[in-house]
Formats: sequence, C-alpha cells, structure tokens
Amino acid sequence: MLEGVLIGLQTALSLQNIAMVIGGCLIGTFIGMLPGLGPMSIIAIMIPVAISLGDPAAALILLAGVYYGAIFGGSTSSILLNAPGVAGTVATSFDGYPMARQGKAGKALTIAAIASFAGGTIGAVLLMIFAPALSSVALLFHSAEYFALMVVGLSAIAAFAGAGNVGKAVLMTLLGLLMATVGETTMAPMPRFTMGMMDLQSGFAFITLAMAIFALPEALYLVFDPARSKTGEAGDIKDLRITREEAKQMAPVVGRQSLQGFFIGVLPGAGATIASFLGYAVERNIASKEEQDKFGKGSVKGLAAPETANNAACTGSFVPLLTLGIPGSGTTAILLGALIALNVTPGPRLMVDEPQVFWAVIISMYIGNLVLLILNLPLIPYIAKILAVPRNYLIPFILFFTLMGSYIGQNNSTELLILVGMGICATILRFADYPLAPLLIGFILGSMLEDNFARSMQLYEGVAFIWERPMTLALLVIAALLVLVPSYRARRAQARADGVADGD
Amino acid sequence: MALDRWIALVILLIFAAYGYGAWFTMDGSLPPFMRRNPIWPSTFPKVISILGILTALIVVSGIEQKRPKSGAQAASASVYRTIAGYHLAPAIALLALMVVYAFALRPAGFLLSTVGFLMAGAAILGERRWITMFVVSAIAAGTVWYLIQQVLGIFLRPLPAFMGV
Repeated sequence: MLEGVLIGLQTALSLQNIAMVIGGCLIGTFIGMLPGLGPMSIIAIMIPVAISLGDPAAALILLAGVYYGAIFGGSTSSILLNAPGVAGTVATSFDGYPMARQGKAGKALTIAAIASFAGGTIGAVLLMIFAPALSSVALLFHSAEYFALMVVGLSAIAAFAGAGNVGKAVLMTLLGLLMATVGETTMAPMPRFTMGMMDLQSGFAFITLAMAIFALPEALYLVFDPARSKTGEAGDIKDLRITREEAKQMAPVVGRQSLQGFFIGVLPGAGATIASFLGYAVERNIASKEEQDKFGKGSVKGLAAPETANNAACTGSFVPLLTLGIPGSGTTAILLGALIALNVTPGPRLMVDEPQVFWAVIISMYIGNLVLLILNLPLIPYIAKILAVPRNYLIPFILFFTLMGSYIGQNNSTELLILVGMGICATILRFADYPLAPLLIGFILGSMLEDNFARSMQLYEGVAFIWERPMTLALLVIAALLVLVPSYRARRAQARADGVADGD
Repeated sequence: MALDRWIALVILLIFAAYGYGAWFTMDGSLPPFMRRNPIWPSTFPKVISILGILTALIVVSGIEQKRPKSGAQAASASVYRTIAGYHLAPAIALLALMVVYAFALRPAGFLLSTVGFLMAGAAILGERRWITMFVVSAIAAGTVWYLIQQVLGIFLRPLPAFMGV
C-alpha cells in the first residue's frame, strides 16, 4: 500500500493535478451553492472539459473535486437561505438555518466546514483501507459474477431510488438498458435498433444523455418555477469561531457519522442524501433528553451529523466505482462514463493496470478536503455573494453549456436536436415522478452487463452458469429480493392501511 | 388515468416495438456460422424486452401504486394544477431557441449564434438591459470560442459561412 500511496502522491502533487483539485473544488462550491442545481448537472456539464484533458487521473481528480465541492457548497445555501442546492444537504438546513436565524451564521458555517472536512478525510482513509482489500477479492470474480453483481447494483439502485414505487424505478433501469443496446455490439458487426439512422450507428452519446437527463430538466424547472431559484438576503456573516464546548460536542458525532456515512455511501443506491438523513436521525435518537429538544432549533450536533455523513458518503461511493467498476449513484455513474470515454476501465484491474489513477484520486481527496477548508473558512462571506447571481443570465448560460457539451462530444448538430428531444422527455418523466438516475446507470452499465452475460454464455454454452456457480446464483437471488421485498412490504402496508380505513 | 400511467403505456409500446424487433426481425440477417453460438446479438434485447413489458404492465395497471384518497382522477387533477401554476411559455420558448441554435450553429457561425442565443435567452426570462446583455454574451461567446478552439483544439466555425472559413 505504501508504494501505492507514493505513486499517488507523485501523480496528485503535479502542478496540473493540484490546479485540477483547486479548480474542481471552486467550481463545485460555486455552483453547488446555487439553489436548484445539483452535483449531477454540474458534473455533466464539466465532463467534456474533463474528457478533453486526455489524462484520466486529472479528469477524475477534477470531477471528484467538483463532486465534493458541490456537496460543500450546497450546505452553505442550506444554512444561509434554507434553500438546499443539493438533496444531500437538505438535512443540514434542519439545524443550520435556525442557527443562522439566531445570528450565528458564521458559527454554523464553520461547524459545517469542519464536519465536512472531517467526514471527507476520514472517508478517504477508509477508502484507502477498504478499496484495495475489496479489489483483491474482486479479482477472483469471473464474468458470471460480474454479470450478477451488476444486476445486484441495478436492482439496489432501483429499490432505493423508487422509494415505495419500485416498479417505476425498475422500468427506468430497463429503459436505460434498452437505450444501451442501440448501435453496434461487440459480438457481431451489425447495427441494432438504429432504425436506419446513421447518427445512431455508434449508439446514443453518453454525454448528451447525461446532460439531457440531469442538467436540462433542472434548468427548465428553474424556469417553470421561479420561486425555486429565489435568492433571499444572506445577511451578515461574522464571528466564525466556535467554542471549546461546541468542539467537544461535535467530536463524537463526527467520529460516528464518518464511519456510518462512509458505509452507507459504499452501498449501491444509497448515497449522500440517505446518509445525511439517517445520520441526523441516529444522532437525534442517541442524544440525551435535553439535547434532543435542541434538535431542529440550532443544535450543534444536529448540524454536524448530516454534514459529516454526506461528505463521508460521497467518498464511500467511490469504493464500488474504483474496485468493481459499478457505480452506486447517478454521480458516480457519470464519473464511470467519463472514465470509459478516456479508455480506462474501472474495476479490480484498475489498481494493477493504472495504479496512478487509483491512488492519485484518493490522495487528491485529502488535498481537496484541505483546499475546501482553507478556501472556504476565510472566504465564506465573499463566496456567499454569488447567491445573488441573476437567474436571467444563469439559465441561458446553463442551457448554452449543455448545448456546447454535447456538441463538442460529437461535433454534430444532430446531437443538439437529440439533446433537446431527450431533455423534453426527461422533464416529462420528472413531472410524473419517475426517478431518472436509474435510467442513466442502466444505460452506462448496459453494454458491460451484456458483454459479461455474453462471455458467461459462451463459456458455459448456455445459461447453466446461473445455477452452476453458487456465488452467481446467490447474487441473483439477492438482486431479486432487493426488488421484490420493498414492493411486497409496500403492498402489505397498503393492505393494512386499507383495513384501518374500512373500519372508520 | 394519471400522467405517470400514461407514460408507462408509452414505454410499454416502446418495449413492444423493441421486442418485436428483437424476436422477429433481427435474427434473419445473422450469418449462419454465428447461429451455432449460444448467444446472439438479439439474446440480451429479448430478455430486456420481456422484463420491460412485464414491468410496464405492472406500472400501467397501477397495482403497485398507493391509491390516492379519492381515486386516480384527483391525482391527475393535482398534477395538472401544479403544471398550470408553472411558467410554461418561457420554458417552451427556451427549448425552441435551443432548436434554432442547433440549426443556426453551422451556417451562422459560433460567435453570432451564441451571442444571439444568450441575449434571446435572457430576454425571454425578462431581462431588458440590452447593452449589459450584449457585453456579457459577447465576452462569454468569445471566451468559450477561444477555449474550445485554442485550448481543446476542436474546430468551430466562428463567423457566418459566407464570410469564409
């Protein structure tokens, strides 16, 4: 591991990569702060830039910096305006905003910054320990297990994203898989489902899809509903210091939530959002009686818990991405797509074949967290001014960047029409409460899923691998349970609720 | 029927068409030597089409959905009520503007179409300070063009087609 760390240090400390960390963190913080824009749309917009860098380590460092920068920036708008920029920071506003209302905005921002820093750094340490271990286990996997593992990942994502409506999430995943089969396969030199259109010969472009699914609907929603982007008066921010007493209160929360958040982040489908809500709930339950009353009214613990958990979960979500090549969330799915576009295949071989990418990303996370802490603590009062960017300019610019992103990727104006068309479809799907992240993850995993499926079919001359390999079978059973159990429980709860209603 | 179930119906039709393609039309063009393979290019699509049709049927039938308090009609009415509260006109205008941009990009050149796009976009959203708008858009268009052309090395025609390059 020491050797790896040294390789990582060597790569991460190059001038270019340090610039990438700082740039990524800054861009992420700025945009994450704007209410209504999540990390996925920022990362989608940044992808063309990252891909044209040409260096996978630099690209991943940049995008990872944008990712945790956005989570960090989201907490600032949650605290100051009660307008979370990112779903993962909604829980931050529960206690952060009351604190800011009491005139302790500076203190709240400091607590958030320290908690984020601790969560991110402890997460990076855990990542350094667990990723290589998991990776060496994953090297024993065959294509059959990979196939099964991807099915598990997809069903876990569908089960979590669906929240009581698993059918819709599964449907979106399958739609993503369907879109992945458009174009030529690796199996035979013949185009599939292109409907005779030359533009579809190489399949749908991943960048266009990412823009259309995340960035475009978010921008359109800002237009639909101007209240979403309304920016209030942030007020004066002063007195950033915290007392010794408060630090003492924070320490155990930060310790617990870094661990819990990290492991929640590792699970496919459960990301920063679930980690932050769960972290808040857990800390509230185990707090003493008088502390419990303070939750929701500006409690230090209530603010530190979600902030630590969401940053640790961000880092945790890199574990499945780097070791198995299976993204656990929409954001890591976009990162995976960017890596594939750069000719790097994440997975257990990544550590062996491209150790500099693997380790540089981990090392850059330490640097990134430090950069965020240093940049943000003294600069927060000034950065908060960005919250006053007029939306009349902001929205056309976001739309313009989505257009440019898909144009640069393909150098083709037909791509722009595909972008607009898919963007409209995605907006309608969002109206109807269809989760969109499973669609993109299905699309990205689709071709890998099919390749591994094809390989196992070839080796076993049929589908026998499903029952002849116990691990494959076990994984597929888990996948089926993940989808069926929540919907069964929802139906039973429904039946019970109906029974009560009838009695009235 | 609520909006989400109509969408599921559309997706069901997509999967049906896809399944038809996978089951009945694709295998005809398969070269004979590949027919001995245990897996064909159509195998995976066949599996997806069946799963997709089943899932879409579940969502369309609404057996999984939480029943709204006063039937499906209340749910769809509430969806339309929120849509009515939305500012649809500027959103549609912006989408139309994006389509215009897609068609204008090559013939009109990058600089002209981008400045036009950014100004028109801001104008649709209610901005009326024309000079500020022009300056902001021109600086943005120039910077982005420079970055794409010089830093990323991707060719973008800057000026209208009739002016050469």
